[in-house]
Amino acid sequence: MDHKLPPYASTGHKIWFYGFRVICGLIFFFLIAPILIIIPLSFNAQDFFTFTPEMLRLDPEGYSLKHYRDFFGDDGYPWRGLLIGAVLGAGFAGAMWAWKGERYIVLPVLVGALFGLIVGKLWGLDGAEWMTPLRNSLVIAPMATLLSVSLGTLAAIGLSQTHVPFKGAIMAILISPMIVPLIISAAGMYFFYSRVGLQGTYWGVVLAHAALGIPFVIITVTATLVGFDRSLTRAAASLGANPVTTFFKIQMPLILPGVISGGLFAFITSFDEVVVVLFVGSAGQQTLPWQMFTGLREQISPTILAAATILVSISILLLTTVEILRRRSERLRGMSPG
Amino acid sequence: MKLKSLMLLTTGAAFAAPMVLAEAHGNMADSMTLVSWGGAYQTSQIRAYSDPYQAMHEGLEVIWDESSGEAVARMRAMEEAGNITWDLVDVVASDAIRLCDEGLAMEIDHDEVLAPAPDGTPASEDFGDLIVSDCFIPQIVYSTTFGYRTDVEEWGGNTPDDICDVFDLENFPGQRSLERRPIGNMEWALMCDGVAMEDVYDVLETEEGIERAFAVLDTVKDSTVWWTAGADTPQLLADGEVVFGSTYNGRLFSLIEEQDQPVAMMWDAQVFDLDGWIIPEGLPEDRLNRVLDFVRFATDTQRLADQAQYISYGPARASSAPLVSTHADLGIDMAPHMPTDPANATRTFLFNYEWWADYRDDLDARFQAWLSQ
Repeated sequence: MDHKLPPYASTGHKIWFYGFRVICGLIFFFLIAPILIIIPLSFNAQDFFTFTPEMLRLDPEGYSLKHYRDFFGDDGYPWRGLLIGAVLGAGFAGAMWAWKGERYIVLPVLVGALFGLIVGKLWGLDGAEWMTPLRNSLVIAPMATLLSVSLGTLAAIGLSQTHVPFKGAIMAILISPMIVPLIISAAGMYFFYSRVGLQGTYWGVVLAHAALGIPFVIITVTATLVGFDRSLTRAAASLGANPVTTFFKIQMPLILPGVISGGLFAFITSFDEVVVVLFVGSAGQQTLPWQMFTGLREQISPTILAAATILVSISILLLTTVEILRRRSERLRGMSPG
Repeated sequence: MKLKSLMLLTTGAAFAAPMVLAEAHGNMADSMTLVSWGGAYQTSQIRAYSDPYQAMHEGLEVIWDESSGEAVARMRAMEEAGNITWDLVDVVASDAIRLCDEGLAMEIDHDEVLAPAPDGTPASEDFGDLIVSDCFIPQIVYSTTFGYRTDVEEWGGNTPDDICDVFDLENFPGQRSLERRPIGNMEWALMCDGVAMEDVYDVLETEEGIERAFAVLDTVKDSTVWWTAGADTPQLLADGEVVFGSTYNGRLFSLIEEQDQPVAMMWDAQVFDLDGWIIPEGLPEDRLNRVLDFVRFATDTQRLADQAQYISYGPARASSAPLVSTHADLGIDMAPHMPTDPANATRTFLFNYEWWADYRDDLDARFQAWLSQ
């Protein structure tokens, strides 16, 4: 599509030219508006999902941070909010750093360290309505991500070998959690985990979420492996490196962007997941989306909007990171000017 | 001689004391999972029951699960999976009857498990008719009733005071909200079609009666929002999307008194219902001991009266009624906001559990079909 309308364009061309942009604009509007509308609503001074007359007049009286205060708990919300902000900021700084070509491995380490800090701080805060679910989410999602990334990467590397029998069937089974309706996986896991004593435990939820995350890792890693030159591993072997050294020194750094994007998808899958955790978890493992789900059903409170705004920010940040990493890997391979 | 008897006594006491303690407390779990409805109702239970109980029992962990809405399905699944994770479940009376019939809830002897009233009246008399099932431990009487906005200009200063005003779009135009199920709606519709309150269920048993009820509901179908959660109507009333809607009376109390919205109550033909605890069948001994100890505390006369400080639901014990005081935060007198208050209860009905147990599946299906027409 041209960026400018050529001077000789006919009326039909003109209509199509502008019509196309209007349609695109409308599509974006319908996709984005429901997400954006919650952000101003989360600063509502009332306890309802309502744009009050004060809000529409942009009167400061109509706005408040009370729902954020509810979210973080009454006692110490400013510094807890700061901590969350620090994670977001550090993640973004790390992503920028990665883009500039520094060692982007720093990013996950940084974010991980800050997660650890927050979780450590939140651990003592039992009883706060939203902090316990936030803590559970922050414990479960990274562990599930770690499992999905390790298992998914290994599976993708194995399946990309030429001599694997039943490759198609194995791939289909590993990808199936992404295709089978979630509610069916959830019900199956519930009965299976109940029998083996995993239902209602942290490990049960972590394993269930890892199973959901693995397909994303397999798909992204398989995609990066397509561009991986196998003669590099042979060269490493000829220089005396054993397969493990070859993997960590040669293959892993080259496919890392795929591993990281797969990991981020796995993280978001676990962080946003509500169906499986309702079955596999019990009230002790209540995650943030679960709390939002019950909160929305039993009491429509704008605290959910505050939580949603925070979640949307985290998701946008993670996806920006994925995009930046993707561009970097393209630039390194000389596929785009960057 | 003296010394010997003293020694005997102390040894006896040393042996007997732990036994007495064990008898009183049993072997109790140090954590319990309570299931309730979330929202202001669960908060009232936390403040009136579990907070004081935890203050008495150091180190006890109380986990709340907001799953009462799907309690029946979840308890069936737990039974099937052989993995009971709940210790005490808050359900409405009709769900308690179903769970009891299916053997998923434990049958109890109310006089043995529950504390007597302060004057010694046994629990079964204090709760009286509200014990609708051998498994059911009543907590509150609530009602489903109507709230309306007080600032509707089209109404010309009139305010609805009769259940039939719900179906009167001429004098009270505007969007309504009604619950997305037949219970309550069918009875109200028939009452506004000239059926006397005591004949409602007889008429509703006939095909013609069902048609009549749907015909009345048809008149407002196009201007009705159908709700599924108790929080929906307050939200819809607050943002003005509806002007007239049914929900639980406690939700309306919170909307009007706590949130200060321009809404008023219409108590006419309010439908009473009961809510209470059931204990899941098949709990291990230590958890059962803990739950029995908690339930005895949480349903005594004072605790049930305390709950009414936080939410406008009537305590299920007769002996609690005189103890109902003022709202804990607002300081207003709670008695006039109770559904059971004589001024509010001029015309009420308790919906017929047995009738609905027989006809519910059939009418639910017809109601959903009617909705999608």
